[in-house]
Amino acid sequence: MKIKFPFLGSMLALVTFLVGCEPLMVLNPKGPMAARQASDIMLSIGIMTIVVIVVLVILTFILFKFRASKQPNDYEPPHVEANIWVEVICIGIPILIVAYLSFVSVQSNYIVESAPTGYENEKPLVIYASSSDWKWHFSYPEQGIETVNYLYIPTDRPLEFKLYSHGPITSFWIPQLGGQKYAMADMVTTLHLAADVPGEYMGRNANFSGKGFAENIFNVTAMSQKEFDEWVEEVHERAEPLTEDEFNKLLEPGHLGQMTFTGTHLEFSPAPEHNHGLDIDDLESNHIDHTSHDSQTDSTNIETDHSGH
Amino acid sequence: MEFFERFAIPHPSPMIYASMVAIALVSIGILVGITYFKKWGYLWHEWFTSVDHKKIGIMYLISALIMLFRGGADAILMRAQLSSPEMKLLDAQHYNEIFTTHGVVMIFFVVMPFIFAFMNLIVPLQIGGRDVAFPRLNALSFWLFFAGAMLFNISFVIGGSPDAGWTSYFPLAGNDFSTSVGTNYYMLALQISGIGSLMTGINMITTILKMRAPGMTLMKLPMFTWSALITNVIIVFAFPVLTIALLMGTTDRLFGTNFFTTGNGGMDMLWANFFWVWGHPEVYILILPAFGLYSEIISTFSGRNLYGYKSMVGSMVLISLLSFLVWTHHFFTMGQGAFTNSIFSITTMAIAVPTGVKIFNWLFTMWKGKIRFTVPMLYSVGFIPLFTIGGVTGVMLAMSAADYQYHNTMFLVAHFHNTIIPGVLFALLAGLTYYWPKFFGFMLNEKIGKSTFWLVAVGFVLTFFPMYITGLDGQARRMYTYSEETGFGPLNMLSFVGSALFAIGFVTLVYNLYYSFKNSPRNIGSDPWDARSVEWATHTPIPEYNFARLPQVASSEAFWDMKKKGHKLFTGELKEIHMPNNSGVPFVLGIIFFIAGFSFVFALWVPAVVAVIGIFVCMALRSFEQDHGRHINVKEIKEIEAQYEEVPGNEDRSHTTTRV
Repeated sequence: MKIKFPFLGSMLALVTFLVGCEPLMVLNPKGPMAARQASDIMLSIGIMTIVVIVVLVILTFILFKFRASKQPNDYEPPHVEANIWVEVICIGIPILIVAYLSFVSVQSNYIVESAPTGYENEKPLVIYASSSDWKWHFSYPEQGIETVNYLYIPTDRPLEFKLYSHGPITSFWIPQLGGQKYAMADMVTTLHLAADVPGEYMGRNANFSGKGFAENIFNVTAMSQKEFDEWVEEVHERAEPLTEDEFNKLLEPGHLGQMTFTGTHLEFSPAPEHNHGLDIDDLESNHIDHTSHDSQTDSTNIETDHSGH
Repeated sequence: MEFFERFAIPHPSPMIYASMVAIALVSIGILVGITYFKKWGYLWHEWFTSVDHKKIGIMYLISALIMLFRGGADAILMRAQLSSPEMKLLDAQHYNEIFTTHGVVMIFFVVMPFIFAFMNLIVPLQIGGRDVAFPRLNALSFWLFFAGAMLFNISFVIGGSPDAGWTSYFPLAGNDFSTSVGTNYYMLALQISGIGSLMTGINMITTILKMRAPGMTLMKLPMFTWSALITNVIIVFAFPVLTIALLMGTTDRLFGTNFFTTGNGGMDMLWANFFWVWGHPEVYILILPAFGLYSEIISTFSGRNLYGYKSMVGSMVLISLLSFLVWTHHFFTMGQGAFTNSIFSITTMAIAVPTGVKIFNWLFTMWKGKIRFTVPMLYSVGFIPLFTIGGVTGVMLAMSAADYQYHNTMFLVAHFHNTIIPGVLFALLAGLTYYWPKFFGFMLNEKIGKSTFWLVAVGFVLTFFPMYITGLDGQARRMYTYSEETGFGPLNMLSFVGSALFAIGFVTLVYNLYYSFKNSPRNIGSDPWDARSVEWATHTPIPEYNFARLPQVASSEAFWDMKKKGHKLFTGELKEIHMPNNSGVPFVLGIIFFIAGFSFVFALWVPAVVAVIGIFVCMALRSFEQDHGRHINVKEIKEIEAQYEEVPGNEDRSHTTTRV
């Protein structure tokens, strides 16, 4: 019985935190992907809380009822053989729970791996996000600009991140917009996100990548398409072009502040899109979407397509 | 000079220098102490060359407890560093080394030897046998484990510790990004102890299949032995994968092959796949013996037979099969697409079903029982709700789309500690307390034991439950620091407080060993807990041959049958007993493996080649050796048996704990 108090106390603390004043980052979504994930999380927390409570109630009851001090000295516990119906219930109910959660899980998998809900018919903004020790490089091939350690994105538009790494495996993660995905040196992975609400969000590398890992963070600013276009124009007016030498210097291990360039490193140092046969579906859908874009995007994306097959 | 520079620590700190001095002083102290008390002969004859499963088990146990303090020190340093924002206790490099060694030490050099300790101590007794099937191989397993553990530990003071995480993902663990010899230590130390584990696997399977007492069919095995059997089957299937992966990793680092590099056709994610194809079954290698221990303990202290024996066995078999089908859930975020993730999401959740069956079976074992709240039972009763929470958060993580948010965060860290600590560590501490009197002839103090339990349980909850919250708030794992604005500070401080309680809990554990050694009565009989299975039918202290006559078994609770139903456990005449001879070769091989490992770490080819030749020489010598063991004749057995006043199974034995 004594076990219950610290345990219940901490469960209560957990629940208070979860529903409490300041919403936790992952449970405070600002885009459709994060929203789907947050609702999955809340759903599973709900079902799992019931499971834990059921086990606790049974355990408390048994410990209370059958403890030695409550029983006559000469009580001899009986030999009990398994009852088939009890077993059926103990197997059946978990199977039902797991089957339901599996169904939700599979559904969510297909949702998070395709264009964001509500934005299926819109042209996605393609951004190449590549990591190096311990920075993030964001290339906007369509806009012809590149930034380091900060990301400007338009709201209400699907975003298609092409992820890869110039070094160890990293993981691109903006909790409030959606879950993470690995960036690796020998392939390109695709992460679909979208932001519903303008604002500043935390983004980081979530996968341990060495000494500078803790500070491997970037800022995300979501703004209206109009503001985004203005920013792009401003960059083209003010920023220096990114040269190969300059880029190679950026790749050296260390930390950098925020930087802005015109042009992208993809021109002289293309992404490793020889690919291992992944994300073919996504690439195909891009192909159809992109046929009508300006020539620069087209060339990068068509290249992507063919290499993917 | 250049030759010696490689042995220096690349990132020295006062803490490391202090440990160097401490290690040197302790080693000298031990050597001087043994020499002063003239114990070398005793150690050599009674322990180093012993092939007795009980002594090997005790050596595993001592090693595991010592390494637990190494791993625990790492843990407390980590929690201290993260206790408040921008802490300056450790720098990034040092922190990286510490969380890497914490993981490796805890999994490979604490929990693995701890479960091997219990398998060695209990399995031969539970099946009514006299030793394991291959006693000398068993000794070799231990010495290989020990060589691996020592090799891994000296990385701390010679050459630098590994710093790429216990998962050691390439390319981070490759030569380009891990330039110190730390990862070489990782590869070779795990290789050496892994070979030992594989041998134990083969040994234990053979033992359980071939050496059971008369009448003990497989479905009459006590539950711990069942769990050991299934665990060892998993070991035999899983460990070769690790062996090969480590070999490929070693050649990548030492000979410039390109298995896991990102250029020249190498594939970094291949390592991650290999690692987890071994790594996930490894989780069940840790937990199944723990389930076995809980089954023994809950049944004993409820005074009832284990409920649902068949479904317990069936669920373990199912878990062992599923354990090989879920490895991808460790990297749902690799980008393998919705279909693959869906498959692995479903297989992962499916494991919850057999695990749930076990939880309910334990609950129903207590039903209509007579529950005694002894220390082992407290751990078991604490285990059920806490492990259930760990289990259900596992189901949450198995939802792959949501896992994109949990992955690499403190939520995950909270989850796996929530399964390993109540699941495995509690079981090991419960098992330690439960079996201690059988092997050492005195009980551990109940009062101190209970305070240990409460400190460990409350410490655990305070340390790890806050991590679920900070994880959902975006705290990634393995960060050595965080800023004030993140708001992670207060909860991390709570974690630190919890880990301090945890640490105090372990101090009380050690104090309990000392206190009980000094003060506990020695006249406890051979069955102090009123237990049920056949290991309690031996004398305490256990004679070398375990059972003078092999027990005749008719159920999984033969000892209980004897006590309550008049079952005749020991019948027939005494016969000559055949026992294996001691051998120094396993110990020597352990040393040679250590030298070989060390030489490979530093690419010292001459000693490496010499040591490898030495290994083969030892193996060749064994092939030509004629060793048929020795016989203990009936007269000697009678003399030994006469020393035990009590007749095993006498019902008037003192039940020191029934009053609890």
